[in-house]
Amino acid sequence: MFGRDEKVSAIRLTAAQYIILGIFLVLAYGLWRLQVAQSDYYSLAAEKNRIRNVPVLAPRGKILDREGRTIVDNYPSFSALLLRDSTRDLTADADSIAQGLHLDPNEVRARIRHFATMPQYQPIFLKEDITPDELQFIEAHRNELPELDTIMAHRRLYPRNGFMAHMIGYVGEVSEDMLNQPQFELYNSGDVVGISGVERQYNTLLMGQNGSRQALVDSHGREVGRLGETEAVPGKQLKLTVDIDLQIAAEEALGDKNGAIVAMDPHTGEILAMVSRPTFDPNDFAVHVSRDQWNKLVTDPDKPLLNKAIQAQLAPGSTFKVIMSFAGWQEGIAQNMHVHCNGSADFYGRNSKCWVYFLHQSHGDVDLAKAIYQSCDVFFYTLADKLGINRIAKYATQLGLGQKTGIDLPQEASGIVPSEEWKLRNFRQKWYAGETIFVGIGQGAITVTPVQLLRAISAISMGGKMVVPHVINPTDLPPNYLEAAHITDVKTVAFDPSGWNYITDAMERVLEPGGTSPLAAIPGIEIAGKTGSAQVVSLENRAKHKDNADLAQNGWFVGFSPRRNPDVVVCVLFQGGEHGKLAARLATQVIKAYVEKQRRNPQKMVEKPKSNGAVDVGALWTEPGSEGEKERLQGGRFVLDLPKKPLATAIAAPGMR
Amino acid sequence: MARYVSYRDFDWVLLGFVLLICGLGVMEIHSATVHTKFAGAHIRQIYWVLAGVGAMFLVSLINYQALLDQIHWFYIAGVGSLMAVLVFGTKALGAKRWIKMPGGNHFQPSEWVKLILILAVAKYFADMRQRELSWSDFMKAGAMVGFPLLMVLAQPDLGTALTYVPIAVMGVFLGGLQWKQGLTVALLAGIGIGAVFLVPRVHVLKSYQKQRLTSFIDPELDPQGSGYQVEQSKIAVGSGGLWGGKGSQTHGAFLPVPQTDFIFAAFSEEHGFVGALGVLLVYFVVLMRLTQNAQTAPDRAGTFVVMGVVAVLSFHILVNVGMVVGFMPVTGIPLPLMSYGGSSVLFMFLALGMVMNVRMRRFVN
Repeated sequence: MFGRDEKVSAIRLTAAQYIILGIFLVLAYGLWRLQVAQSDYYSLAAEKNRIRNVPVLAPRGKILDREGRTIVDNYPSFSALLLRDSTRDLTADADSIAQGLHLDPNEVRARIRHFATMPQYQPIFLKEDITPDELQFIEAHRNELPELDTIMAHRRLYPRNGFMAHMIGYVGEVSEDMLNQPQFELYNSGDVVGISGVERQYNTLLMGQNGSRQALVDSHGREVGRLGETEAVPGKQLKLTVDIDLQIAAEEALGDKNGAIVAMDPHTGEILAMVSRPTFDPNDFAVHVSRDQWNKLVTDPDKPLLNKAIQAQLAPGSTFKVIMSFAGWQEGIAQNMHVHCNGSADFYGRNSKCWVYFLHQSHGDVDLAKAIYQSCDVFFYTLADKLGINRIAKYATQLGLGQKTGIDLPQEASGIVPSEEWKLRNFRQKWYAGETIFVGIGQGAITVTPVQLLRAISAISMGGKMVVPHVINPTDLPPNYLEAAHITDVKTVAFDPSGWNYITDAMERVLEPGGTSPLAAIPGIEIAGKTGSAQVVSLENRAKHKDNADLAQNGWFVGFSPRRNPDVVVCVLFQGGEHGKLAARLATQVIKAYVEKQRRNPQKMVEKPKSNGAVDVGALWTEPGSEGEKERLQGGRFVLDLPKKPLATAIAAPGMR
Repeated sequence: MARYVSYRDFDWVLLGFVLLICGLGVMEIHSATVHTKFAGAHIRQIYWVLAGVGAMFLVSLINYQALLDQIHWFYIAGVGSLMAVLVFGTKALGAKRWIKMPGGNHFQPSEWVKLILILAVAKYFADMRQRELSWSDFMKAGAMVGFPLLMVLAQPDLGTALTYVPIAVMGVFLGGLQWKQGLTVALLAGIGIGAVFLVPRVHVLKSYQKQRLTSFIDPELDPQGSGYQVEQSKIAVGSGGLWGGKGSQTHGAFLPVPQTDFIFAAFSEEHGFVGALGVLLVYFVVLMRLTQNAQTAPDRAGTFVVMGVVAVLSFHILVNVGMVVGFMPVTGIPLPLMSYGGSSVLFMFLALGMVMNVRMRRFVN
């Protein structure tokens, strides 16, 4: 028992002091552990917290024609966005914003509501790729509508109306599928890469090297400063072999017909023009392509996304007779062959008709030359029968049919050269000699692409010199690239010079009176060529369904100018064109444009814009004075730091993967 | 009994160290808020400290023994105000903790109840007649603290409720706790805590409280949630190194509430191990000085009052600094004298006023 004044146990008080000391030692240990023992780790963590590497997108390289004129450029594209960290009542401003940006006010309000729960620092994207008018509206209302802002990204600007669309291709965000392929493994998702055409083929050169910027950020991801920057290396500017003037001629020649035109320099393999129809506008993909629009493109039976110049595999029709002539000559058969054509002939128990049969005519006595310029089927049935399928296949293969030409464009098709072995391998069936007859006139199992046919005829026109068609100026390529591409490789196919002269002479007569296409001739220009009409169904069936356009024959023409040592070879595929002579007229227009340009008498040259106006004829130029390297680098320095994905210079079409 | 008090006996040394801590706190509040919407908080903090010092002098004048004689009224008033909070309180962030006072101020009764409990516990144990604690005394003391504790827990305010515990523990310990009792209570507490976490049907803690408590065990499991705060605090402290650093965690707003609960993390980041250890040392000096005052108190009641203050202060430091260095869960307990906030500052100075009160009467008998 103790009284009121008795002291509290001194031992316990001392114990309390030691407990407190213990607590402080533990806390001091905690501080030591973090600040001394693991200080490096936490310093690094703090750095990682506040420094963010933001990519600086490199502008893609321009694409130029062979004379350095711009075909594809980048342009600054502005997007309108709504900042939400201001204190303004956004819903109240929705009407005036919607009016200025040509949007539906209800949609604007709906977007504001939709984003209401998102963090404040995330802006709302109102409209991508706004017009100059709308940009003007935003600039003029900085004070009244301070929450409106713009952000700039460089987008790809392609020629209008699908000019050269297939060859150039387009860009889009790299897809999951592509990332799994070895050639894309270095890319990150969100990167903008070439999806088709030159954009895809030379993507690595065009893309450049993205730089990066070290930004200081706070805990909300807001940028509060920057530390350093590695500049982006702009993509390489590529010069194509295409001549815009010739390209325009080819585009205009084909118009809105289905088909393809390819023009090439037979000495080098440089593609001078390449058109495919129907076409599409790659600018639609550069900003945003709606699912409907995309589905329409994909499901269109005319396949607008297909580059028919390198991807359409069709029977060559009578144009194949040139290759037959070459084969027959090299085998020593054709030059001595004389056939009497009375409209049809019997082979293997079947009456095979010549095309003149349907005009109730016949060719009479036919030698090789007449067989070429009159395109006599009976002569080539006979020649085919004498050669046999394997010898036909041998020479066709020598001229590059049935295999890719190696053109520097993606997804080239290889076509088919049938042979006994081919049929056995693919159908496990024996080849029937009767089938050979039809291969002799370019029908049956044989298929070619326009560019293959072009290359084969080019080789014949050059006395056996085989080039690799290509669209890129080889001097523009880095050496290692060039080696891998093999685009300057040249082969020589053995061709008896007398046969060369004989066949090309006969081809010239195709455009003379008595030939299959005299109306396509152009006075003053020496053109040699061969027409072709490839049946979709047999001529007998075709006669029964005269009005069915789907069954119309495909018209072909392969020609070159001049007859000896030609400067240009042109191949025209006119799908549903019924007859090769129509295709021939298209081809000769292109040749005419070429020759006239060579003679310094331009028929239609693209002119640079007189004032600051835009160019309407396909190609485009950067406005004067804005072409400086500095300005383009400036473009590259621009970066969108969006929460989800960087706004690319283009957006992939839905369903692309 | 002559009633002679003089400010010569006022503990100026203690006040000096306390104001040193307050000064460091004001400095750090300034540094942490200067570029935020809380800019200027350090000025308000200075006003609170000045008000606190004034209140301290006032409290030191009233004889604590007179206060202790009236403690039952205070206790009833305290419990009444806690009830008022539950009934009329302002709801903020899912909890009712404040009563809105005329004039726009918010009054948080749970802070004052802490002070009342220190006095009530002191009074109870000072009046005890045995050297050893009986189970019934033990239970009564427990109930005295436990009742308001449960009410605060119901607000819900786990952090403040927990600060009542050391008052009871210190009282019981100094009041003559026996080993058997200590072991039994520790065991029961262990089972209770285990039940709260492991038995799914027991809903004593709100899910956010449970999450806070579990996230500290492995902060990286939930880096954006409540574990985020612990992780960011550790990064802040750790990146301070030996001598202190740039303070990017504090100024980049990675560190949550750097002016209140995480002020020690902000300070540690900017002043390093040396600075942080220095502050801990000053706190330790303050606590030792308080304990010394408890030893020289004129009576048992005085000792209990001072040691009650010591218990609360130590507990605050343990839980707050422990949280900052990642030893303790996030409970929302501020660091006394440094953290920004009027209630917290006023409580500490009133408590110190009680200590001064006791000290100034040490030669009275």
